[in-house]
Amino acid sequence: MRGDAPVVLEARGITKRFPGVLANEQVSLTLQHGEVLALLGENGAGKTTLMNILYGLYQQDAGEVLVRGKPVRMRGPSAAIRHGIGMVHQHFMLVPVFTVAENIILGAETSRGPLLDMAAARRHIHELSQRHNLAVDPDALVKDLSVGQQQRVEIIKALYRNATILILDEPTAVLTPQETDELFVIIRSLTAQGVSVIFITHKLREVLALADRIVVLRRGRVVGETRPREASERSLAEMMVGRSVILQVEKQTAHPGATVLALEQLSLNDDRGQQVVNALTLDVRAGEVLGLAGVQGNGQTELVEAITGLRPVRAGRVLIDGQDYTGAAPRRISESGCAHVPEDRQEDGLVLGYSVADNLVLNTYYVAPFAHGIVRDGQAVLHHAEQLVAQYDVRTPNVTTSVAALSGGNQQKVIIARELSREVRLLIAAQPTRGIDVGSIEFIHQQIIAARDRGTAVLLVSAELDEIMALADRIAVIYHGRIVATLPATSASREQLGLLMAGAQPEHL
Amino acid sequence: MERAKPPKVDLWGRGRALLRAALIPTTAVLIALLIGALIIALSGANPLIAYSALFEGGLGSTRAFARTLEKATPLIFGGLAVALAFKGGLFNIGAQGQLLLGAIFAAYIGFAFQGLPPVLHSALALLVGALLGALWAAIAGLLKAFTGAHEVITTIMLNFVAFNLTDWLADGPWKDRAPGNIVARTPKVAAAAALPNLGGIPLGMILAALVALAVWWLIWRTTSGFELRTVGQSPSAARYAGIPVRQITVLAMVTSGFLAGLGGAVETLGVVGRFQPGFNAGLGFNAITVALLARTNPLAVIPAALLIGAMQAGASRMQFSSGVASEIIDVIQALILFFVAADSIIHGVLRIKPDDGEHVALSSGWGA
Amino acid sequence: MQITGSIARAATQRTRWLTGGLLGALAILILVAYARAPQATTAVLTSTIRQSTPIILGALAGIMCERSGVVNIGIEGMMLIAAFLGFLVNVWTGNLLLAILGALLAGGIVGAFHALMAISLKVDQIIAGTVINILALGFTGYFYQQGLTTQGKLVPVEIPLLSSIPLLGPVLFANPPITYLSLVLIIVIHLLLFRTRWGLRTRAIGEHPAAADTVGIAVNRMRYINVIIGGMLAGLAGGFLSLESVGSFERNMTNGRGFVALAVMIFGKWTPFGAWGGALLFGFANTMQSQIQFMQNRLPPWLAWVGQLPPQFIGMLPYLLTIAVLAGFVGRARPPAALGKVYEKE
Repeated sequence: MRGDAPVVLEARGITKRFPGVLANEQVSLTLQHGEVLALLGENGAGKTTLMNILYGLYQQDAGEVLVRGKPVRMRGPSAAIRHGIGMVHQHFMLVPVFTVAENIILGAETSRGPLLDMAAARRHIHELSQRHNLAVDPDALVKDLSVGQQQRVEIIKALYRNATILILDEPTAVLTPQETDELFVIIRSLTAQGVSVIFITHKLREVLALADRIVVLRRGRVVGETRPREASERSLAEMMVGRSVILQVEKQTAHPGATVLALEQLSLNDDRGQQVVNALTLDVRAGEVLGLAGVQGNGQTELVEAITGLRPVRAGRVLIDGQDYTGAAPRRISESGCAHVPEDRQEDGLVLGYSVADNLVLNTYYVAPFAHGIVRDGQAVLHHAEQLVAQYDVRTPNVTTSVAALSGGNQQKVIIARELSREVRLLIAAQPTRGIDVGSIEFIHQQIIAARDRGTAVLLVSAELDEIMALADRIAVIYHGRIVATLPATSASREQLGLLMAGAQPEHL
Repeated sequence: MERAKPPKVDLWGRGRALLRAALIPTTAVLIALLIGALIIALSGANPLIAYSALFEGGLGSTRAFARTLEKATPLIFGGLAVALAFKGGLFNIGAQGQLLLGAIFAAYIGFAFQGLPPVLHSALALLVGALLGALWAAIAGLLKAFTGAHEVITTIMLNFVAFNLTDWLADGPWKDRAPGNIVARTPKVAAAAALPNLGGIPLGMILAALVALAVWWLIWRTTSGFELRTVGQSPSAARYAGIPVRQITVLAMVTSGFLAGLGGAVETLGVVGRFQPGFNAGLGFNAITVALLARTNPLAVIPAALLIGAMQAGASRMQFSSGVASEIIDVIQALILFFVAADSIIHGVLRIKPDDGEHVALSSGWGA
Repeated sequence: MQITGSIARAATQRTRWLTGGLLGALAILILVAYARAPQATTAVLTSTIRQSTPIILGALAGIMCERSGVVNIGIEGMMLIAAFLGFLVNVWTGNLLLAILGALLAGGIVGAFHALMAISLKVDQIIAGTVINILALGFTGYFYQQGLTTQGKLVPVEIPLLSSIPLLGPVLFANPPITYLSLVLIIVIHLLLFRTRWGLRTRAIGEHPAAADTVGIAVNRMRYINVIIGGMLAGLAGGFLSLESVGSFERNMTNGRGFVALAVMIFGKWTPFGAWGGALLFGFANTMQSQIQFMQNRLPPWLAWVGQLPPQFIGMLPYLLTIAVLAGFVGRARPPAALGKVYEKE
């Protein structure tokens, strides 16, 4: 494509070791002027580590980085910024309580005398957003912005520092399909002005749509390089995982039974007291997977918390099997047969300092056989753990290992095992496969479908539209705390869902 | 994949684990003593003479050892109080105030009710003292659970309030009106309320050891202990698992206060025989040193308390025979606390890897 | 309005009206009191300002540390050690300026020690603060010798002209040096935090250290410096106690003021002026506490019972007030998001 364009950034033989993990092994790649280089790999393949090395956040153990042909020692992000490298992290590096302008100038402030010169900063930001067609309000607080807008702030932040090499780490993870398209337009206009872009992702479709060149990383090593027109989703998936991958989850048609979970006119506030769920009505039936699609922050988190008893209900009712559980204690709801896979597994789903065995009884430690009266039965807990570890394929040295030592995929399997190993009528799964490896994703998807086939009602909340489309029998789209549409999965298209997620009225589709 | 073998009682392994666990505290104590010696030397005295006098006074004779036991007993209760709260993610700096309340109410029951049968009288006095300690701690527990006010500040403030309150009681309504008494103190407790010695060992010490066992069992063998530890490790995971976090927080504080109050009662009934303001000042801080030196293990609290108790018992002897101010003990204790808390230094010195076990984070902001 | 968007926005119109109204009411109240009893009012206000000096300095120390993300419950100990060292320098040299420098230096050193524990050694920050408090009691106890006599203390300096304004003059412009300095520092630290590059970066590392790191800000180095500055402010508070207020050293003379300062910091939502309001409240409570004993016979009949209270109950007042303030305000104010967390890259 641009085979003759000069190389602006090169990594040679980068090796990076963390305790117990070889994150990058002899990784080499080049970035040419004005191209989009896609760095493809599954979660944990070492993409982010490599980029953090290029950006000076980590120091490599071996190998070298060259900027425009000259070897450079990146001692820190300042060095990278000085060499014209900018990075937009997967988890935005913005201070929520600061304004847009404060976030952008942070670390590159202009002062007049001892005091900050905010007027000059505002002028410069305005100019940049005009030139690159990136509209932002410099005086808005970042916490009040949508994810898409925050991403724009991040890009301006890099441009404010005169970045000519831009690293985007999983930039589409939280965007709707349409926002993703808009981002692609922005990226293209940046490359047209001479910016070179490294685009990190594990989404095959996007790679094919945007990239000029593709480098695939697996277990810390470069396993291949290709171009979009020479590759297909299937060939890329195989390269990424190292075996053939089933792109579709195999499942039979659902046989939905009676309604298990019914939400009636539910209204909820968030932690700041703002109403985030607005007279929402929804039901999930036995033996079906209802996928709740929506852009992050439209009330999904609060909704799940309210169903599981973790958040007070302002108005409306939560019914499980026809019984009113509105405002009931989390334990009562759990005992009614409601399983919950929380979206933040390390913070809410597990006690990281506890063993695998104790984590497997985190919500059943007080019942027989794990306790008699108030006395715990350690043997029963261990025995239970041995069984589940085998049944759910949890890779751990033994059941007394601290769960913190497990990989993300195995941690998630511990939660799935705990939640599905008891009598369950209803499964609430929030982001069940976020950030884990493909093998674990496949396993967890199978478990969810198996639960459905046993007659469990499943409410699946996911930011990954692909996951929703793969697993759900019906799809409900949430926007600003309301269900804007509920469609059968077979008839829903990505584009349609994307528009609904962005607030389009269903009758206009 | 490896399967865990059915756990066997592995005495050798346990012995090694015990040694390993004792390594850090022991090293911390040794380094602290070394620095203490340096300070003594710098202020112009001979550290060897000072330390040998300290040893003499703490462990050199039967009488010295009896004094050590006497000093160690309330430290065990205080240490257990702090350690238990710690397991629940709470830092109880208020053992001092809870102990004062426990002490004065035990004294009141002890002197106000004459003619009760001996066992009953002392048991009643102990119980009331412990309950008052629990009540006092409950204030901080409730404030933490329902307003988010951090227990470190509230318990310290409650210490000052308790100090004023007990001072008033001992100088006002409950003052010893015996002719000739002008100081603030309560009358002596009835003989039936006093704690006797059993076979030469003070009953209070035996009680302390039994309570340490009970606390260990509670924390490691019961569902309540599991709930306590879960809340301490991760309040949010506890909430998600259906554990009532606020309730556990209050309960942990109450139990902690109960232990501290019991310590005050034991001290009053077993050693002092009445309540006097200003007795055992600084116990709250010493209890923290004991708990952290024991790495919050209830059974290890006993040796830790004996060590600190011995230092306190020997301090006056040291001051008398070497001229080193007894406050050097406080400096050494603070240094011990520092080296136990900053165990990464000792890991570095001994070139051992830190163990990744359970860790409680106390300072995640100011609650709420 | 260009006073850094964030505070301008945080103070909504309603709270601004409320604050303004309260301040107005307070001003009227003071004027009425002054009209009826000029001398007593002046005395009470003067004492309020001076009693609040160590509290506001302690709170400013807390603000500097906590805005950068480090919890500091060791302010009490920092104050105590600094009070002691300031006192010692005064005893040795008789030079009060050197004594103040001694107190500042002591505070700075203990601050550096706290930073070492909290940042480099990754000790739990609450425990690190406790180590300092215990160490301070031990050290000052061990090195304190009875019978050391000071060579004078800092005395009020009247500012010509300004001090002759009625009411305001004696209250604000006839103070001893550290009290003046504390008033200036409130303004300086406010400007530092909200209008300068240093302040923007300090607040950033307290809220989101990773974000600051990715734009090249040396998070831990900045935390060190802020905690050391905080230590020096606490040192100044200690210097106030031994060099300006009492003029001597007493064991544990801080008496919980370091903890009161933390409550005041929370009350003031981690802002210098807010904390000043809280500190004045405590200064007023302390003043009343000492006044009640003198006024026993002159209290109006409906307040006579106050005069009958045992002194211990009056002694509890500031501590109960601290608890009430903490319980009432801690949930409403949002602490810096990264407070108490060690920053590590991996």
